[in-house]
Amino acid sequence: MQADLNVILPEILLSVFAMAALLGAVYTGRDRLAPMLVWATAALMVLLAITIGMGGSGARTAFGGMINDDGFARFAKVTILLSAAAVLVLGQDYMARRGILRFEYPVLVALAVVGMMVMVSAGDLMALYMGLELQSLALYVVAAMRRDSVKSTEAGLKYFVLGALSSGLLLFGASLVYGFAGTTLFSGIIAAADGQAPLGLLIGLVLVISGLAFKISAVPFHMWTPDVYEGAPTPITAFFATAPKVAALGLFARVVHDAFGGVVADWQQVLAALSLLSMFLGAIAAIGQTDIKRLMAYSSIAHMGYALMGLAAGTAFGVQAMLVYVAIYVTMNLGTFAFILSMERDGQPVTDIRSLNLYSKAEPGRALAMLILMFSLAGVPPLLGFFGKLYVLRAAYEGGLAWLAVAGVIASVIGAFYYLRIVYYMYFGEEGATLETGRSVVQWAFLMGSAAVMVLGIVNMFGVEAMAQAAAATLVR
Amino acid sequence: MTIAALSFYLFAGALLVGGLFTVISRNPVHSVLWLILSFISAAGLFVLLGAEFVAMLLVIVYVGAVAVLFLFVVMMLDVDFAELKAEMAKYMPLALLIGVILLMQFGIAFGNWQVAEGAEAARRAVAPEGVENTAALGMLLYDTYFILFQLAGLILLVAMVGAIVLTLRHREGVKRQDVLAQMYRDPAKAMELRDVKPGQGL
Repeated sequence: MQADLNVILPEILLSVFAMAALLGAVYTGRDRLAPMLVWATAALMVLLAITIGMGGSGARTAFGGMINDDGFARFAKVTILLSAAAVLVLGQDYMARRGILRFEYPVLVALAVVGMMVMVSAGDLMALYMGLELQSLALYVVAAMRRDSVKSTEAGLKYFVLGALSSGLLLFGASLVYGFAGTTLFSGIIAAADGQAPLGLLIGLVLVISGLAFKISAVPFHMWTPDVYEGAPTPITAFFATAPKVAALGLFARVVHDAFGGVVADWQQVLAALSLLSMFLGAIAAIGQTDIKRLMAYSSIAHMGYALMGLAAGTAFGVQAMLVYVAIYVTMNLGTFAFILSMERDGQPVTDIRSLNLYSKAEPGRALAMLILMFSLAGVPPLLGFFGKLYVLRAAYEGGLAWLAVAGVIASVIGAFYYLRIVYYMYFGEEGATLETGRSVVQWAFLMGSAAVMVLGIVNMFGVEAMAQAAAATLVR
Repeated sequence: MTIAALSFYLFAGALLVGGLFTVISRNPVHSVLWLILSFISAAGLFVLLGAEFVAMLLVIVYVGAVAVLFLFVVMMLDVDFAELKAEMAKYMPLALLIGVILLMQFGIAFGNWQVAEGAEAARRAVAPEGVENTAALGMLLYDTYFILFQLAGLILLVAMVGAIVLTLRHREGVKRQDVLAQMYRDPAKAMELRDVKPGQGL
């Protein structure tokens, strides 16, 4: 038991911290403590990320194989913890000024992160579901955090109802898989399903994949994404676009390789179809959007398509490409959302992209950083976003999915339009009302830092490449 | 046909009928009552499987608490179910089509159900020989699946926090009794004696 508990020590620490913070805040200062709690939660997350990252190598399992602690889990956990901490710090100023910074917010985010950490280390269908539900339930609540706004409540409710539906699909699929394999442990499923999958298992597998695809908003399970991204308060949208995506993709990779690694050909085609649809819908549907939050929603759909392309390759290199891609995607999104959070006029948040008219004249530095980020999101060489795309395209090509790689290039060219349109507005737009963006130092630092990473990272990607390779090697055997 | 088989078909039939009428009955209160019937039938099925603890839980928790709660909610909320149904009716043909296709697919899968080697054995081995049903359940919950049990607790905590965050409103200007403040009040500060001269105010 002691050894088992040691494996999940970071999760225990974070959840105990969340509960202590909840109790402490209820009995003392309530919302007055919220800014302090946000910083404390973020600091603890960074600390945990450092300990997990510096911690020993090798793979351990706990609770009879239900929880894994291997290189893959550690890579995903570090990414999740760092991005969640970054989002907490980024949004603090925004939420405080709009009067929606409540002490439950950091607590719920911390508990959601616990759920995500369980997700990426799950070794059992039940542990997978528990982690997923813990994460989702906390996300539903934070989406509806702004109670007096109809849009925010609608976002929360929509997310909740569709999320419950997808959980139902996932559970039904899991029960079919259990019916075939007689066990919910991934190690048992992979031993039972080797070579050819019978029809029952196949339907179970497809239902499980559908449930997971909902969580990463892959087409055709993406309908909730634009509404939820638009309705939720912007810091929470930033959170949705980063840590939960990493967790759900990590879980996706774990399920298809750890549990269904014996029937690669059966899920490969499903993932390839999801990837293809997501890339094209994300690229085409975003063209008509003028709200930058909705635009980022479609952008995240398209990016998830690329990440799935890496996974669809079905090889260790594919998983490595996915991890590299996700790490780059999260960094780009943090910078972009740092900018979106700072967009305001007369103290009111603005999300219309036409408000960026000639922004470069007022703030050349920030406009340049945003230009770099947009180019990187579009995948323009020689920025880091291009290398992320190159990675997954190569993985798909080497995995025998050359057609998917070609489709990915085409979708990326289409998608470049709406990123470049933002750049166009910033540099060549018409004269209009000015945009104020200069309040928070933290947001400035994240915007500039993220843009700098996009340029400097092309030298060696800060070693992420090697780490992702080691992580992928522990997952795909 | 043995008694056990007879009661299985009885309970299974009642479960299906209850489920069907929960969905199709016009009056929402009737729906809840049909739901209670299906819960009780499911409890009967659990007894037949030898899982009497789960059966009792189902009756106590679901029938006793959840279904009654549903009943209260249905009676208290002013929801126009007829209007909701009319909205649903628009999508009915498409929903039926998809439903029938799905059902046929599941029919094919279940009709030709294959299990992996050793799956049956793995499923049987959950409860050890000679251990009582409730004790075996306890061992699973608090020993084998300890971590899942704790995670379920965390999920319930999130649900509770969420319900409070989304509904609780702290009203301004509400005067509540503060016992300590009352006890430690200093009479010297609370009142003041003034000598008011006749014909003059304060």
